[in-house]
Amino acid sequence: MSGGRAAAPPKLVTVIIDGREYQAEEGRNMLDVALSLGFDLPFFCWHPVLGSIGACRQCAVRLYWTDREGNEKSEIAMACMTEAQEGTKMDIFDADAIRFRAEMIELMMLSHPHDCPVCDEGGECHLQDMTVMTGHSYRRYRGRKRTFENQDLGPFVTHELNRCITCYRCTRFYNDYAGGRDFGVFGLRNQVYFGRAESGTLESEFSGNLIEVCPTGVFDDKPFSHRYSRKWDLQTAPSVCPDCGLGCTTTLSSRYGELRRVQGRFNRDVNKMFLCDRGRFGFEFVNAPERVRTARVEPGLMGGQAGGQAAVMNGELALDAAAGLLRGRRAIGFGSPRASLEANYALRALVGPANFYLGMSDGDDRLVGAVLEIAADPRLRLGSAADIHDADAVLVLGEDLTNTAPMLDLTLRTWLHLRPNAVEERNHIRRWNDAGITRIKRREPSALWIATTHATKLDAVAAETHRAAPDDLVRLALAIAHEADNEAPAVPGLGENELEVARRWAAALSAGDAPLVVAGCSSGSLELVQAAAQLAAALRRAGERRDAGRADAAARATLVLTVPEPDSVGLKLLGGGRFVQGLAAIARGEAEVVVVLDNDLDRRAPALLVDDLVRRRPPMIALATLEDRLTAQADVVLPTATFAEETGTWVNHEGRAQRYFAVQPPGEDVRPAWRWTRELLVRLGHREARGWKTPDDVLAALEMELPRFAGVRAAAPASTGGRDARKVARQPLRFSGRTAVDAGRTVFEPGPPPDPDSPLAYSLEGLQPSQSPPELRARTWWPGWNSNNGLHKFGEELEALGPARPSGVRLLDAGPPGRELPSPSAPARFAPDGDVVLVALHLIYGSEPLSMYTPSVAGRAPAPFIGLGDEDAQRLGVREGDWLRLWLPWMDARLRCVLVPSLATGTAGVPVGLPGVPFISLPARARLARLEEPS
Amino acid sequence: MSPDRPQELRPRIPAQTHPPLTTDVVVTGHLARRGQPLVPRIGRTVWSTLVGIGIVISHAWSSRDTVQYPEEMTYLPPRYRGRIVLSRDPEGEERCVACYLCSAACPVDCIALQATTDETGRRYPEWFRINFSRCIFCGFCEDACPTYAIQLTPDVEMSEYERPNMVYEKEDLLISGPGKYHTHDFYRVAGLAIGGKGKGEAENEAPPRDVRDLLP
Ligand code: SF4
Ligand code: SF4
Ligand code: SF4
Ligand code: SF4
Ligand code: FES
Repeated sequence: MSGGRAAAPPKLVTVIIDGREYQAEEGRNMLDVALSLGFDLPFFCWHPVLGSIGACRQCAVRLYWTDREGNEKSEIAMACMTEAQEGTKMDIFDADAIRFRAEMIELMMLSHPHDCPVCDEGGECHLQDMTVMTGHSYRRYRGRKRTFENQDLGPFVTHELNRCITCYRCTRFYNDYAGGRDFGVFGLRNQVYFGRAESGTLESEFSGNLIEVCPTGVFDDKPFSHRYSRKWDLQTAPSVCPDCGLGCTTTLSSRYGELRRVQGRFNRDVNKMFLCDRGRFGFEFVNAPERVRTARVEPGLMGGQAGGQAAVMNGELALDAAAGLLRGRRAIGFGSPRASLEANYALRALVGPANFYLGMSDGDDRLVGAVLEIAADPRLRLGSAADIHDADAVLVLGEDLTNTAPMLDLTLRTWLHLRPNAVEERNHIRRWNDAGITRIKRREPSALWIATTHATKLDAVAAETHRAAPDDLVRLALAIAHEADNEAPAVPGLGENELEVARRWAAALSAGDAPLVVAGCSSGSLELVQAAAQLAAALRRAGERRDAGRADAAARATLVLTVPEPDSVGLKLLGGGRFVQGLAAIARGEAEVVVVLDNDLDRRAPALLVDDLVRRRPPMIALATLEDRLTAQADVVLPTATFAEETGTWVNHEGRAQRYFAVQPPGEDVRPAWRWTRELLVRLGHREARGWKTPDDVLAALEMELPRFAGVRAAAPASTGGRDARKVARQPLRFSGRTAVDAGRTVFEPGPPPDPDSPLAYSLEGLQPSQSPPELRARTWWPGWNSNNGLHKFGEELEALGPARPSGVRLLDAGPPGRELPSPSAPARFAPDGDVVLVALHLIYGSEPLSMYTPSVAGRAPAPFIGLGDEDAQRLGVREGDWLRLWLPWMDARLRCVLVPSLATGTAGVPVGLPGVPFISLPARARLARLEEPS
Repeated sequence: MSPDRPQELRPRIPAQTHPPLTTDVVVTGHLARRGQPLVPRIGRTVWSTLVGIGIVISHAWSSRDTVQYPEEMTYLPPRYRGRIVLSRDPEGEERCVACYLCSAACPVDCIALQATTDETGRRYPEWFRINFSRCIFCGFCEDACPTYAIQLTPDVEMSEYERPNMVYEKEDLLISGPGKYHTHDFYRVAGLAIGGKGKGEAENEAPPRDVRDLLP
């Protein structure tokens, strides 16, 4: 569910459009109202999230009003700047208004280049749609066109400014919402320029949204432009982002069996309509040359020479070999937080619950476990990104959100921009009035407090920030809890400064009805997550005490916890042994066969342990999407589908199960992991698995066996098909080239591949967007509305969040109430003692392994380094770029030093997951020394 | 956050966009005639048969249209809709900009291509395929093409024994000249900068503005 606050039902008023009366919500703008009623009224600068500024003059209508004498007067006015009130009367189809709109378009098109055929926006261009809608079909202007030079905006976004129509959407998004500082609008008159001061990569992590926000072809998807296809040729499917634990909903587009682009998909509860650049561009692993495409079997297993070149096999024979390996032997399995719930469950069934180990690092395992315990605590409720919009004060504890859960960063910024404000309420300034609220918000103090181990990008919009070592963050959180609510235990030995901060922040957080705490697993500190939960509980108690006896009690504190991977929560909920226990079982020789489900074990445990596994070479079956050092020595390698080629379910950070759908068939020998596992189960005589025909059947078995997954099947319609049992067409009606695509190979025109796994079809026959249920609608299209701006045709504007169905199902709400968690005891105050405490530095480009297969993303990741504060650098006598040697009890490493001045003295930052940086379980103690030259 | 939007504000989404297809329309004429009396029906049938035979016999004396192909060739005008080619612009560069409009226009979906961009920003097709065993030579592709790249020619001699030989790739389609249109050069008109043509150098373009200049 989204939002706990029960808003008053909207007041309905009667408005008159073109002489007919309609009911409308009071206070919405008339453009929004007209569009929701199904009118085609052209617009540019209005945007469902960004609101109106009345800049483009495109939504002109004739507006009527009555003067003092009671005479009806009328004028041309902008619908997007007109509020719906009782009796508001306007004409869309008024002769003057029609002419006005046509002339506005003609003016905008004066200098517009003759680019449509070579413009990536063509076919999904809002400007094309509006030009057609207003009837401007012939260029009368014969003068010279104004031109601009373009800029190179980096690897993600193109720039072609001649196509601009000065709607200001880009700067409103980039600067006002996303908080970017390196972009803006320059110049004056008819030479208004939207770009950077000079060429250079856009710094914002949300720059990709410019592509969707800009109604013309100024900003387009640069990687996509190198293998471009028109929108009508793209096969689409609704999906979920695999790149962090938030579970943003996306639309995948593919052509010729290759995943071509990812876009945000409207969703009320998680990411609304935006995406971060990692999620948008980091999908290239699907097309990577490192993909495992064929099944392989160690020749020794097939009666050949052991140790020889693994033979490429037909899938069935490989299955026989794998089943032969498993039969009668004790197998253990490693699940994966990036594989589907179905695949993990099937693997658990294959090896048995006792032999199923979670393929996540020990730290993640403990922390995600804590998240589940917190979710069961009756005092607490895990919130989603959307809950942030209901908060009145937010504390971020120990999370560098921009890098660990990027869309939370954008959500916080949007919240700061849009949250209700006394000045606005007094002056009746509506949320859609962007020009108004931007001016007011610039002067308003922030309501965001951030306490982290090092400076984060969000600090720029925070009211106050605090930096401390992980232990001190725990102390601070507990101290704030104590200040907010005396029942919470006090923290001994607080310093003057800490106490001061705790008092101030506690006062700020408990001032409103709805404080919200954001914390998570990224720091690796269990105590920090527990302390965050205690803090949320204390804030809630304090609120309830204040409200006690009040009829309009509205107090509720929410906790938002991030997790590292798309199915971290699902996998932990499934339950299994810890990863290192699995490794130990292998070392003890208890496991005769190891089954690894799509995982990168090098990222799950210290190299020492994984090296040991590699050295032992236990008989191994790898269900893998990508080659790594384990697939290189596995006895059987079964190629599994990525998220773009299978239908599966992931459970996000708040326990929301969401289904993602294949956009293209897996091709060659590749199959969804659960299907491989099912075949193995069937070969081994597992009765139940015989009945697993679709992912729904697997989930049904899961629901039956583990009641805490009850309802997980309802995350999306069953694979048997949507309404009338007809499937949703993945291809648009104008999908071209069907008799030519395969003709280079065969002229016999093979039919579309069947898809038993999902309610979607690899065909243009089936339900089109207007007919399909919202959760299966990947693209928007409506006659006359080819661009994404046609979203209003489906009744999903942000301002009217009504009809959109919530995305997926929240599993954790239904669970049995657990115990009230005790407060963790406050750790001793952190005192530097010669050693350093290693803290986690997360990188949006670098920490997530799958996205690093994308060249443009990998290109933005830094070289391996270790971050050091100024004081520690001085103590060790190192400067930026010097080599450092790092000792831990079981390993040592050499890394270059990068100065991170905001790190607390006595701590050093280790970039998590960055290639070249060894796996270290954080936070950890280590010894650092300067190294003259690396050997 | 506003709650559910009232029902009446939702745009109505038609459940069924096409009327059900029935066969009634097709058979109505036949059914209507059945009701007529028998004698006039026989009379009309005999009479129309006789007229038909008369017309056939009269043709025995008219002049012949048959041409002794292939010894003798018939005249096909330049705009005849035969084999399709991809032409070049007056500078000898490929005209096709890989806009996909021809493939979208093709009623039998027999055109497929993939766009790509050279290092100077010029768009062109990486590959381009027409399956002539499907083409109905309607010329819609030529109508749709914004660059005069794709053209139908008066060549109709393309029979093959094997269907795969009817599948033409870009090498088979691309000719060395401009075809029917000698002067048109899309990239000279478009605003996109390509090798040898910067911003402000296309037809009817003013030189690029200096954004930092505040003078009128
Ligand atoms: S922005 Fe739209 S109208 Fe302009 S060239 Fe591109 S597709 Fe055409
Ligand atoms: S660049 Fe795009 S979004 Fe920005 S003002 Fe121009 S048309 Fe609008
Ligand atoms: S002539 Fe008609 S059928 Fe043939 S390729 Fe062109 S559009 Fe298609
Ligand atoms: S319509 Fe013309 S320019 Fe466009 S892809 Fe076809 S041949 Fe090329
Ligand atoms: S949409 Fe109303 S003025 Fe731009």
